[in-house]
Amino acid sequence: MTAQVITITSGKGGVGKTTAVANLANALAMDGKKVVCIDGDIGLRNLDVVMGLENRIVYDIVDVIEGRCKLKQAMIRDKHYPDMYLIPAAQTRDKTAVSPADMIRICKELRAGADFIIIDSPAGIERGFRNAIAPADRVLVVTNPEVSAVRDADRVVGILEAEEKENTALILNRLNPALVKNNDMLSADDVLDLLGIPLIGVVPEDESVIIGSNRGAPVVTDAKSRAGQAFRNIAKRIQGEEAPFMDLDQQTGLWGALQKLTGRK
Amino acid sequence: MGFFTRKHSASNAKERLQLVLVHDRTDLTPAQLKSLKNDLLKTISKYIEIDPDAVQIEVESEGRAQRLIADIPLRNATRSK
Repeated sequence: MTAQVITITSGKGGVGKTTAVANLANALAMDGKKVVCIDGDIGLRNLDVVMGLENRIVYDIVDVIEGRCKLKQAMIRDKHYPDMYLIPAAQTRDKTAVSPADMIRICKELRAGADFIIIDSPAGIERGFRNAIAPADRVLVVTNPEVSAVRDADRVVGILEAEEKENTALILNRLNPALVKNNDMLSADDVLDLLGIPLIGVVPEDESVIIGSNRGAPVVTDAKSRAGQAFRNIAKRIQGEEAPFMDLDQQTGLWGALQKLTGRK
Repeated sequence: MGFFTRKHSASNAKERLQLVLVHDRTDLTPAQLKSLKNDLLKTISKYIEIDPDAVQIEVESEGRAQRLIADIPLRNATRSK
């Protein structure tokens, strides 16, 4: 076994990086894969709460780097999937406590025992981001169909190009199909046109994402959630399988069912 | 802007982003592009007569690659003498 290292990054904050990491890790674990997540946001730890593991933290990644514990001791086992682990960020330190070489070394040690290592990058393009992309075999850039998020994503893609990270793809998160239909939101085609990198998935805006975070149970575990379905599809594509792109135009709920019944769209 | 005549905002967002991304990627400000244009015209004018008002010089994107496209119509030499 030699794991693939996937870094999730975005430039802009708040576009859904941590949500994407938690969901993709859960989806891969549901498919029977062994997954290790690393929270790369030193000082602003978040992945633990989104994954519902905040009460289990003893050691963090800086403890590993500074030799206070073994790597295994900092790996928190998930509550539902015994083959999924989280290595939390340190909360009371800053990004200078970790170097790109540290990240490469930690991933090297983890590779033999996992299928996927997923790194949650901090926002921005500084040290924390550099740390997060250093060991990456593949980088997924998360953006929203919104001017500031797309602009920042473009900066990040430019840096990845300069760093010769060739396996880069886009996750377009929080797309609102009704707004796109009304020409009041950039469409997936618009964003792809602007950014010029391949698309690995479009995730529709979905309130169940917030409900999932509230509970520390990512939406992929909710069979009915549309965002959950989108993340499950991305996880399939990560594993090299074909997964159809969802018809985001499809109406849901009672109104959608009624419209379908009456043949209107 | 009236409700019925409102231009939908997605195309607005796309056009604005197209411009801003060109400048971000090339590290060329609109002012620098303008002075590049002027210098280019000055140089060309040393050799041939051109119509400055008909000149079009723009940075265009294709995927992630940028190119500087110049369309410079030349005046007929017979007219000048």
